[in-house]
Amino acid sequence: MIRVESRPEWRMREYRREQLFQLVGALIVLFALTTLVVLLTTVLLDGYARLLDIKFFTNFPSRRAEEAGIKAALVGSAYLLLLTAAIAIPIGVGAAIYLEEFAKRNWFTRLVEINITNLAGVPSVIYGLLGLQVFVRTLHMDRSLLAGACTMALLALPVIITAAREGLRTVPNSLRYGSLALGATKWQTVRYTVLPVAMPSILTGVILALSRVIGETAPLLVIGAVVYIGTLPDSLFAPFTVLPVQIYNWTTRPQHAFQENAAAGIIVLLLLLLTINATAIYLRNRYQKRLPL
Amino acid sequence: MMPQSPAEVRTTYARAIVQLSSVDKRNRWRVRLEERLVRSFLFLCAVLGVVTTFAIVFILTRESLTFFKHVSLREFLTGTVWAPTFAEKSYGVLPLVTGTLLTTLIAMAVSGPVGLLTAVYLSEYASPRVRRVLKPTLEVLAGIPTVVYGYFALTFLTPLLQRFIPALEGFNALSAGIVMGIMILPTVASLSEDALYAVPNSLRHASLALGATRFQTVWGVVVPAAMSGISAAFLLGISRAVGETMIVAIAAGQQPNFTFNPLRAIETMTAYIVRITMGDTPHGSVEYQTIFAVGLLLFLITLGLNLASEFIRQRYKGARL
Repeated sequence: MIRVESRPEWRMREYRREQLFQLVGALIVLFALTTLVVLLTTVLLDGYARLLDIKFFTNFPSRRAEEAGIKAALVGSAYLLLLTAAIAIPIGVGAAIYLEEFAKRNWFTRLVEINITNLAGVPSVIYGLLGLQVFVRTLHMDRSLLAGACTMALLALPVIITAAREGLRTVPNSLRYGSLALGATKWQTVRYTVLPVAMPSILTGVILALSRVIGETAPLLVIGAVVYIGTLPDSLFAPFTVLPVQIYNWTTRPQHAFQENAAAGIIVLLLLLLTINATAIYLRNRYQKRLPL
Repeated sequence: MMPQSPAEVRTTYARAIVQLSSVDKRNRWRVRLEERLVRSFLFLCAVLGVVTTFAIVFILTRESLTFFKHVSLREFLTGTVWAPTFAEKSYGVLPLVTGTLLTTLIAMAVSGPVGLLTAVYLSEYASPRVRRVLKPTLEVLAGIPTVVYGYFALTFLTPLLQRFIPALEGFNALSAGIVMGIMILPTVASLSEDALYAVPNSLRHASLALGATRFQTVWGVVVPAAMSGISAAFLLGISRAVGETMIVAIAAGQQPNFTFNPLRAIETMTAYIVRITMGDTPHGSVEYQTIFAVGLLLFLITLGLNLASEFIRQRYKGARL
């Protein structure tokens, strides 16, 4: 219940409460900022020394911390990202196009939509179990790059679909009607009119969705990304490792020297994420300027 | 390419027309075929989501069934010792459940109040300048990979806390839980803020016009009106905490202790799955099948939380005051 009091001492109390809450707000801003700054500083202080050593980028993992490098992990992460993108983008954008442009509003479409919402909330480690049984065992892909990419694609799909749908929704209906009125079929409308206009914003959303793939660890541990790897993956069926798995491995070692490696790996990972996100934001800003079509 | 100006939009149209003019009678069947094929392909893409869900349920159930042939459901759900890999085997899942519950509670104790206050502050108090700092900070926090948070919990927070709490073990539920709270803070804060933002201004104005202070308006009117959205945000936060893997696998230790003491090492359901899949437990053995039984339990818990969150959101979406 709200009680409004006019007695001066009550008003004073209310005023102080107001002041107090302003202070609490400021503290919260400080909390979030401090956490972020402390986290980044810790990692930077722990890891920067290793980054100065070029061997850290050109060496394979090793038993000796000062010899160990992230070459295999970096290349593995890049391959995994590209492969995942190649699988997940066509399927994800395709599903988005179907749901936005083709699907009738019926129970089945609702079912698909509810499914996608729920899949986005399934813990990533469960996707690992799915990939382990379906791709690694049943389809005999083994603990390969392809199995990893398929698993990550399933994980990324709900996010990609949602992002792509939002991109498609930015296209004004007048463009669709124009194309349809000229006698184009639905697919021709989508292909020649809707997609070209929606592409930048779809791309932005999809890139942001894929940036999550770079940092994912748990499903890859479950399907069995290996840590000790002496060669770069040379085929889709080669074993692989990725940066977060390497970081996890180094973090869990008791020796301090390995934790320095982990910190250095984290710096590289964060820089990678920063680059990807910056690209997405750059695309978004370029696109936003063009909005008044 | 992407059209950049009205002129280019017209070019796009022109291209479409050229394409269409090639559709004379002889080609019409080809266009129809293409339309059909593309439509079917797109349909299959959309259906893949449903297939994935069914595959998850099917695989977890099938593999769990082979486990439950050896271990009774009752023993699994009520046993208090979890030791599938020991010589003397025991399959009581409760230690993993309490481990998960404990870290989740700690995480929510951090992200609940801080998330709600952040949301209230952002939506009701903050000046544009503060928003410009706080929002990107939260976004960055949301984008940091969980393995990084795990590193932070293990190498920074635990040693820091040990200075004040000497009894704190090297691996413990406390620092894993706190860091997990920081991880889900952006989720809780931004969803709660959406809920607060959706409260119509007329309510605020009415309250202020009655002479209520801003503080009274916020906590007596706006927050209660947004309560459904805020609870949905909290449920989603809990669900994410339950499913979080890397922070607990790194910092909480991997010992299934049946305890509610946050200073001790524990093991969550997620961390257990990772430990077994990384170890050398032989495939197909009962020990190995445990990961699917634990996975099924985890899936059901998070599904329940997500559905509840979604239900609350849908139910109250139309019913604004």
